[in-house]
Amino acid sequence: MSAANSTPSANASRNYFRTTVAAAGAGLLKAFNTNKTSWIGLGLFVFVCLLALLAPVIAPHDPLDQDVFNRLKGPSADYLFGTDSFGRDILSRIMWGARISLTIGIVAISIAMVIGTTIGLVAGYFGGKVDIIVMQANDVLLAFPSLILGLIVVAMLGPSVENLIIAIALTAIPPFARIARAPTIAIKEREFIEAGRALGYSDLRLMFGHVLPNILPEVLVMGSLWLATAIRVEASLAFIGLGVSPPTPTWGGMIREGFENILDSFYLVLFPSIAILIVVFALNLLGDGLRDAIDPRLKGEQ
Amino acid sequence: MGSFVLKRLGFAVITLFCVLTIVFFIVRILPGDPALVILGDQASQAAIESLRTRLGLDQPLYIQYVEFMAGVFTGDWGQSMVSGRPVIAEILNVLPATIELTVAALILGAAVGIPLGVWSAIRRNSVPDYAIRLASLLGLSFPAFVSAILLLLAFAITLRWFPVMSTGRGETFGARLNDLALPAINLGLIMAAYITRVSRSAMLEVLGQDYVRTAKAKGLAFGTIIWRHCLRNTMIPVVTVVGLYLGILIGNSVLTEIVFNRPGLGRLIVGALNQRDYTMLQGMMVIYTLIVVVVNLLTDLTYGLIDPRIKYK
Repeated sequence: MSAANSTPSANASRNYFRTTVAAAGAGLLKAFNTNKTSWIGLGLFVFVCLLALLAPVIAPHDPLDQDVFNRLKGPSADYLFGTDSFGRDILSRIMWGARISLTIGIVAISIAMVIGTTIGLVAGYFGGKVDIIVMQANDVLLAFPSLILGLIVVAMLGPSVENLIIAIALTAIPPFARIARAPTIAIKEREFIEAGRALGYSDLRLMFGHVLPNILPEVLVMGSLWLATAIRVEASLAFIGLGVSPPTPTWGGMIREGFENILDSFYLVLFPSIAILIVVFALNLLGDGLRDAIDPRLKGEQ
Repeated sequence: MGSFVLKRLGFAVITLFCVLTIVFFIVRILPGDPALVILGDQASQAAIESLRTRLGLDQPLYIQYVEFMAGVFTGDWGQSMVSGRPVIAEILNVLPATIELTVAALILGAAVGIPLGVWSAIRRNSVPDYAIRLASLLGLSFPAFVSAILLLLAFAITLRWFPVMSTGRGETFGARLNDLALPAINLGLIMAAYITRVSRSAMLEVLGQDYVRTAKAKGLAFGTIIWRHCLRNTMIPVVTVVGLYLGILIGNSVLTEIVFNRPGLGRLIVGALNQRDYTMLQGMMVIYTLIVVVVNLLTDLTYGLIDPRIKYK
């Protein structure tokens, strides 16, 4: 179990990490098996991730390659989803666009998850005035329309992958703080935390080693639902004109460009729309099924 | 009832102050000198200085803050950098169109969502229940601009039932309704997806309560139990949804207005972004803050009406 040459504390922290991940994993697996539709959502999402990862290998054309002789061609054997007004292959652009959407979504939500969960954990664990002030500010931010906040942040910082990640992460922190706080308040009163305190464990160790593993499944489920939202917001911002700058392919940007030619070439908006819908629906299916399975109020009803 | 309303009102005012303070600092903390952003890199130093004076940016921060707050409450939100007209006039000019759209969407969402959710809960784990759950999950997966474009493609371009461009300024009632139909359906169906899910789970919770079992045991007709005993108790979470998903509703209304080219806050904010209209953007954030706070206050007060127990807590 333990490496002989590491210090006791480093060793111990590695163990918390292992138990934390193992506990969360076991919780999630159980939830997956309770709700079979989650597997369908996961399957669809993994499929899209694979397409995005393999885009450089399997995309039939270069997503930036312009071909003036093949402008606005409908779907054909050579161009499965047709070509846009620059003669670029839509299918290849969708596959490359998936990389942008997924990167921005996953990185932004990971950041929001870490910061938000820490805020909620600390507020819930210590309680009192800190809790009241932090959660008050949190609720106010929660009420503010995330698209408007994202819009303003991106407009002021400039549209780049990094800035989109910052804007989307900012809007997603409050829900994670909220979801982490409520169970923390209940768990900190339990005997095993009391026992840990009696053994002289530090607050930090109790929070991250003992409370966190218990709330992690809920946080991760929330993560899949917010990843869906993040991808939707990124596409919406790109549609408004605040996405990663062209010619980089993004789904929202493709729909924006296609919208100008909607009267004669509707497939320009149709295929990227379906792509967004599949990813968002897959993630909602995944998260929603898992949430039903781990929600204690619904337990024993199946 | 009086003290309940007063307490909520006080709370709303405090929230309003907090958010306005955040808005003030967001606009000033973000990197970049607004004067430089508006005028561009080529502008002369003198032009930048004079614009800074006009915007009041040469004042110390606390004076700017006091002036901003005083301005918000006296209706002086500054002049648009582009049109030169007062920001508040520009906003009030398009606000009715946006309110018309969102209220129509909410009515439609409730009219479709509540019956579907209740039916789904009563027929739990049946085929209709699964179909409704799947459909509502799909509905809330739609980015509003995607569903708007699909509706536009189907009903305005292919079938030609509705105008492609919505003016929001029709002369007769019929013309207004025709303009409103597609945007309201778009926003309303997404709202219906959220409302269906919430009414379903709220109804399920109510159906498991002791008083429902008692009513059943007493031999009451099933319809009476649902109508007289369950529905009112289902309403609280449904009203909460309006407050909770207000942010989503506002975001979706912006996207809907852009797709249907309909006047409203959405097109105003995008125009202000494109033209770097800094005072207008600040005004837009103030109006959105006001809307959020007022709607949350209204939902809080509605709880009191639906559930008298809440007033006494």
